[in-house]
Order: sequence, then structure tokens, then C-alpha cells
Amino acid sequence: MQRREFLQHLGAAGLLAGAAGCASIGGQAQPQVVIIGGGYAGATAARYLRIWSEGKIGVTLVEPNTSFISCPLSNLVLGGNLQLSALTMSHQALQTRHGVRVLHTRAKAIDAKARRVQLENGDSLNYERLILAPGIDFMYESLPGLQSAAAQQKILHAWKAGEQTLALRAQLAAMPDGGVYAITVPLAPYRCPPGPYERACQVAHYFKQHKPKSKVLILDANPDVTSKAGLFKKVWAERYKGIVEYQPKFVLADVDVAQQVALSEFGDKVKADVLNVVPPQRAGQLALQAGLANVNQRWCEVDFLSMESKVAPNIHVLGDAIQIAPLMPKSAHMANQHGKICAAAIQDLLAGRAPNPKPVLTNTCYSFISDKEVIHVASVHTWDAEKKTLQTVPGSGGVSTAPTELEGVYAHNWAENIWADTLG
Amino acid sequence: MRNLVLLGTLLAGMLPTLASAAEPDLRGQRLAATCANCHGTNGQTKGNSLPALAGKSQSDLINIMQEYKQGIRSGTVMPQLAKGYSDLEIGLLAQFFAAQKAKE
Repeated sequence: MQRREFLQHLGAAGLLAGAAGCASIGGQAQPQVVIIGGGYAGATAARYLRIWSEGKIGVTLVEPNTSFISCPLSNLVLGGNLQLSALTMSHQALQTRHGVRVLHTRAKAIDAKARRVQLENGDSLNYERLILAPGIDFMYESLPGLQSAAAQQKILHAWKAGEQTLALRAQLAAMPDGGVYAITVPLAPYRCPPGPYERACQVAHYFKQHKPKSKVLILDANPDVTSKAGLFKKVWAERYKGIVEYQPKFVLADVDVAQQVALSEFGDKVKADVLNVVPPQRAGQLALQAGLANVNQRWCEVDFLSMESKVAPNIHVLGDAIQIAPLMPKSAHMANQHGKICAAAIQDLLAGRAPNPKPVLTNTCYSFISDKEVIHVASVHTWDAEKKTLQTVPGSGGVSTAPTELEGVYAHNWAENIWADTLG
Repeated sequence: MRNLVLLGTLLAGMLPTLASAAEPDLRGQRLAATCANCHGTNGQTKGNSLPALAGKSQSDLINIMQEYKQGIRSGTVMPQLAKGYSDLEIGLLAQFFAAQKAKE
């Protein structure tokens, strides 16, 4: 970056008056942290690094998308109960309020030896510590029929909130009454364990009101519902009786795009008017390219005390891209918690201290089973020094006793708070 | 119930001592970040339905968390989450939130 451009950037961030954005304080270089990915994990890490270091750690956030669109609550858009605009935010406050340099470009390559990130716009960034929060990519190579862009635009995932959410909503709205919506669920682990089942509820709620002769089929690769199983199954049996049908152990092998047919590994064929394939997932492409996805070329193993990669020093990996500990979901709430563990650890490491030996993480996932009623799952995770992993605290955590509107109010309030805690 | 309030007062009395001046004690701040997803950064909560924690009395916060933890106080998420924190951690959380400004 040219000096003039750098100064302009500082001006834009409103930091010219303070020392916080300067490259050096009292002659000492300000340590620089580069963060790739501005989702729940990366944005939280950026915000907390700036708050906790009181501006003494320089943070650059690289995120190609100019909008932040929340995946949590996006199933409500499919049910016709929320507008996508209500879930669309920006990274601006990170820059204006907290002095994070936000660059809307793509990171192209990581040179771990030189500690440098190459950007698509031609610039490069040097770092003391790199945080990679790349989210997930889809393993389309396991589904021969879905190789082409045209196929992927017809058979939607809607598993990254945005255009696909709106497109799937349009498919549901155009479907005649008496039609079939089918969603395929990949084998765990995948992003947002209760998400497919919440989605089934949202679509069923919409059908019950507007297209009562229609059906929702859940084709689940797993042997059972992977989250809040008892609660979801009770809701389907009682509230959505005759609408929702659940089929376990349906491992998707291929899709006949023209016929809108899902084919299982045992040759079962299921035809749907709206076919929604949530493909198997792995860490975002850059993690694979940089050699960080050391678990089956799929997920990135990290030291949970610092979130530092087990294979690349000075590179921390956060969010859905990591190899999870037992009972640790790939969720937005958890990604936000990763961001804070990592921010604290980097603060310690840059100060020459060992990271906190007893980190605590929480998780709360709310699922809307109708337009207003909600069920939750909650857990607390802490470091087990003997087993050298994160474990849930014995006796803690659990699920709702039944869906309630009160939890619906809490769910919206949770969203408001996590958005502010991540981006505000 | 009275025993609990007494327990809370007792716990408030055995609050963790701060580490040496050279090493800042960041335990409360970092634990509080586990609450922020629902209760806002530093307990400064957005919206009206989830209670704000910033600026609340330290002993009230300890009592409430202990009541959740021991299953005396009913709730949705909190009885389940409170069981995940040790008495020491509850003390650190209460100390931190009590010291925060109620509003930004």
C-alpha cells in the first residue's frame, strides 16, 4: 500500500487524531494481525482484538463481501416470516468505531514462511499473526450431477445466506399446492446442526397456511436427527402431521437435475418439486490451498487454547472450518466464541505470556419451529487438561422442554446482541 | 432461599484476589465475553427482553447465578448455562459486570 493511500485510509477510519492507527507507537512497531474472513468468527476476533488491546494491536480484516448476511434467522425468510434485509449488515462500525482496516477484496494466497498474505487486488499484507476464518465450501465433487454452475443454480443449497435464500424462497412460492419440497442433510459434521430441521419446520409452517396439500421430505444421511431430536420429532408428529416426513440414513449419492430426483447410495430415488440439497462441507478453499486442512483434507486442526493451527505456526483458524471437539457445534454462536478465545490468546502471545489455560466457551442455538415459537440447545465447554481437548462441563447444558413464544422473543434478542457483539 | 442469599454473601466475601500488578488479571473480562452473545459486550445488553448485566450489584449477580446453578430459579437457557461455571468463575463474572457502566 502506498503511503498516501495508507493515510487516506487512516482518515477514513477517523483515526488521524489518535495514535491507535499509526504504524508505530513511541518508536515501537505496532504488531499487525491480519484476519481473512469477516463472518461471525473473523469479525468478532477483529473487534475484540481492538477492544482488548485498547488499540495497540493493528488489525486488518480482508473480506470480499461488502455485506454481512446472517445465516442464523435466515430460515425465517424461507418461511416468509422475515425479510433478508433484516439480516443484512455491514462491517463499517469495525472500521469507524474500532479502527479495524477493512479491505473488501479476496485473499489469494498465504506465504506462511514470509508471513505475508497476497490479495487479489495486487497488494500484500505482512503479519505477526494471521487469523483465517474462511467458513465452509461445498464438496460438489461427491455429487456428479451438480458439477455445473447451471445445476447448482437450479438445485439450491441456501446454506450461505444471501441470493440462494431468496432464490429458494421464490421456488417455494412458485410451487403449486400439492407439491413436494425435499431437503437432503449431509452426514455430520456440517454447518449448523439443527438448521435443516428448523428449515423443514419453516417450510411446513408456510405450507400449512398457504399450501396445505403439500409435503416436506427430510432425507437425512445421519442415522437420526442430529440436534434437538426429541423436540423436532414431536413438532413434526403433532403440529405438522401429514406434512413432514422424516427419512434417516438417506446418503445422497447423486442428483438428476432435469428430473429433480435425489438418488441415495442404495439406489433409492426421490422426486421433488423443490429439491434443496445441503451438500457435504469442508473448510473454505483457502484453508485447503494453504495446507491447513490436515484432517482428511477437510477440516483444520487447532490448539483450542489459542486456536492456532496444529500444522502452521502463527496462523489461527476459527469458525466452521475447524476440526471440532466432541459435542462442539459448527454454529455462529460458537464461531463468535472462537473469535474471543483467539483474540485473548493473541493478546497474550504478543505480550510474551502463555495463553489462558482454562478457556470457557458457551453455545446457544435457537430454532424457530413456527413463525414465533422456538426451541433451544445450550452448552458450556471448557479445557480438559488431561484429555487435551474441550469438553462440555458435566451437568451443564440442555434443550428446551417445549417450544414457546417466550424463547422466540429471546431468539430475536439473542440475534440483536450477537450482531452487536460481532460487528457493532 | 435464605441459605442461598447467605451463600451468595459468603461467596461475595471470598472474591478472587487480583494477580500481581505486572500481570493484569483478565480472567473476569474474558469470562464475561462468554455471556456477551446474549447479554451484549461487557454486559451492555441490546433490546428489552434479556437482562442487562453491566452495573448490576455484585452480590445480586452472584445470588442469581447461584440460584440458577442450584436449580432454585427457573428459566430457559440460564439454568443450563449456569451449571457450566464454577463458584470462582461466577465470582469473577459478578465482579467484572458490577464494575461496568450500565450504558455505553
